[in-house]
Amino acid sequence: MSATPATPSASEEAREWSGHTLEVRDLQVSVADGLVAVRDVSFAIRRGESVGLVGESGSGKTLTCRAVLGLLPATGHVDAGRIVLGDGDDAVELTGARRSTWDRVRATRIGAVFQDPASYLNPSLTVGHQLAEQLRTKRGLSRGEAHDRAVELFAEVGLHDPAGVFHQYPHQLSGGMLQRVLIAIAVSCDPELLIADEATTALDVVIQAEILALLRRLRDTHGLSLLLVTHDLAVVAESCDRILVMYGGQVVESGPTDEVLRNPRHPYTQALMGVATIGDWGRRRLDVIPGQPPAAGAQMPGCRFAPRCALATPDCTAGPVPVVDLGAGRTSRCLLADQLGDRAGDGAGSQSGHQPGRHPGRHVAHLDDQAVPA
Amino acid sequence: MSSTQEIRIAPAAGPGSPAGSAEAAQPLLSVRGLSVSYAPPRKGTHLGTGAALADADLDVSPGEIVGIVGETGSGKTTLARATVGLVAPAAGTIAFAGDDIGGLRGRARRDFRRSGQVQLVFQDPLRSLDPDLTVAELVREPLDIAAALSRRERDQRVVESLQLVGLDPEAVLDRRPRQLSGGQRQRVSLARAVSTRPRLLFCDEPVSALDVSNRNLVLNLLDQLRTDLDLAVVIIAHDLSSLAGIADRVAVFYRGRIVEQGPIRRVLEDPAHPYTALLTASAPSVVQEDRLRPEQLKSAADAPTWPAERGCVFAHRCPFAHDACADQPPAQTLPHDPARRAACHVAATWRDRLAPDAPHAPHAHKESA
Repeated sequence: MSATPATPSASEEAREWSGHTLEVRDLQVSVADGLVAVRDVSFAIRRGESVGLVGESGSGKTLTCRAVLGLLPATGHVDAGRIVLGDGDDAVELTGARRSTWDRVRATRIGAVFQDPASYLNPSLTVGHQLAEQLRTKRGLSRGEAHDRAVELFAEVGLHDPAGVFHQYPHQLSGGMLQRVLIAIAVSCDPELLIADEATTALDVVIQAEILALLRRLRDTHGLSLLLVTHDLAVVAESCDRILVMYGGQVVESGPTDEVLRNPRHPYTQALMGVATIGDWGRRRLDVIPGQPPAAGAQMPGCRFAPRCALATPDCTAGPVPVVDLGAGRTSRCLLADQLGDRAGDGAGSQSGHQPGRHPGRHVAHLDDQAVPA
Repeated sequence: MSSTQEIRIAPAAGPGSPAGSAEAAQPLLSVRGLSVSYAPPRKGTHLGTGAALADADLDVSPGEIVGIVGETGSGKTTLARATVGLVAPAAGTIAFAGDDIGGLRGRARRDFRRSGQVQLVFQDPLRSLDPDLTVAELVREPLDIAAALSRRERDQRVVESLQLVGLDPEAVLDRRPRQLSGGQRQRVSLARAVSTRPRLLFCDEPVSALDVSNRNLVLNLLDQLRTDLDLAVVIIAHDLSSLAGIADRVAVFYRGRIVEQGPIRRVLEDPAHPYTALLTASAPSVVQEDRLRPEQLKSAADAPTWPAERGCVFAHRCPFAHDACADQPPAQTLPHDPARRAACHVAATWRDRLAPDAPHAPHAHKESA
């Protein structure tokens, strides 16, 4: 339990996969002046599953998770689509939910942790007070019960001397300890879903590894579903069952983490593999994706990655690019998805017509030498 | 000051080359026994424990990139501040091109700082660049302070510097920081830093605030600059795998001490200090190769607690701590690799004392977890 393996193991197969914790359908979010920053985003998170949402800044990943939390900036607005938490009798529609619905749902059904823990805590109250407050308002515990439960939770998230930490103020704790406090607050009312938005980005690698291990442990002990928003592919590789790659406000590729990272089927994912921090000490080249991502709300009739894509054809920019179902739970929003990757013939959506002479993603050539189908 | 005439060996050899070639050149920066203290320890607090940096030795040669890693408060930035003359050393020497700059005071220190031979680049360009100045003014400012060139030469130097970092001077000269993208802003910081043609560049987390793609762009640019300008570059970073791509050597800091240093690839692949091993084991990776797990390198929860203020700086977290660790071990050359140094009593033997399930038993540890 202490060291959860990075790859799905037998314990995860035994876990029941029934039901969705979260379902997002055709979500469109606009920010100031009707700029569409997130478009046509659909995904589901099953119970007990951890999903990584990866993309560069400006890709819409944070707006997507803010929409799920009902915490869009003042200028932000959900234009279309549905966000449903839970399923069956427990299902709650979150799009256009009222304040009273959010009060019922936040903390008790969705928890969240963000990048800069210090800015989410009140500096003039002890951290114990801030955790106990939530237990008292959301769970109706008495002062004494809330104190005892808070100390238990602090111990559970791995804080040393939990009873002492209860009485400390945020400025007395380190960044890693504060993040543990926030995680304790987030899981205090047993939510079904925990959203971690760049929760480990500001921490040094040793603390980051500890926090990720804590999240994996909580997932097992609390049956949490995790949505991990990050720009770091390696974090997703170690912690997530499935991965969603976002670019320019759209999900461009999704599927089981191992499969996607071993055999990416979208040129952007391939490029990202070339530039990402992948924990390989032997790597000599630091690749760069040429060009800039599209500005939020940029009007582009076709593929939004096409201007930076080595494989782009006139077809790519002519009209909307549909999401291709590749089978085995994988999708790619690319006209050439069938020709990319080393097992292009296996997917359900496969067609004949490979172009063997064509090398996918030449700017990441050193990573996919074996990527061209014979 | 005359420009350096040393024969550059290190950059051509590239990262991962035998360190002997880098050390054959006369080091430009030579730090010996450097200690820096900000404030005397205060009673009853965890703050102000005194030494921010203790007994640090570090050499940087022209054309060489040295990476510095370590957690918050480990003394990385303090080394940078001492080297550029923002804080005076409590002990030790900082030799720059043969002159001790640590001992400079008053006007001499100010003159050295203003000469622009050593420049700093900061993490977040949006906060370190004056938002009211245009790019032209930002890049020109260090030249005005150094007062080394004529007016016309300064204008020319601004344009050259922007071209060096891959920006189109015509397009950016009149813009202000907020009108640039994150990657462009950090390139402006670099242009500003190299405008005085420094010989040593200290970059404090230069890419932490950037996206992966821009991150590599800036790192590649630093790699290019050290070749073009024969710069000695020190990069403070917490992203080990980016550093592995461009740095020649790495120094690992822990609580004010350099616990290990050496050629970066050998250090990361085969750490000699348990803290370095913990760092590399903790770095997230998409490569699921066999390597140590962080749990193997941490003391058991029930282990006797080591007094944090006594002995080796890492002993309180080290599963291999024993009686000898009551004395801080000096940084010693590794017997099997003279290019590397580590400050650990058990550098040669800790691997033998690992929990038996892991180090060289491939695949075994995944199930045993």
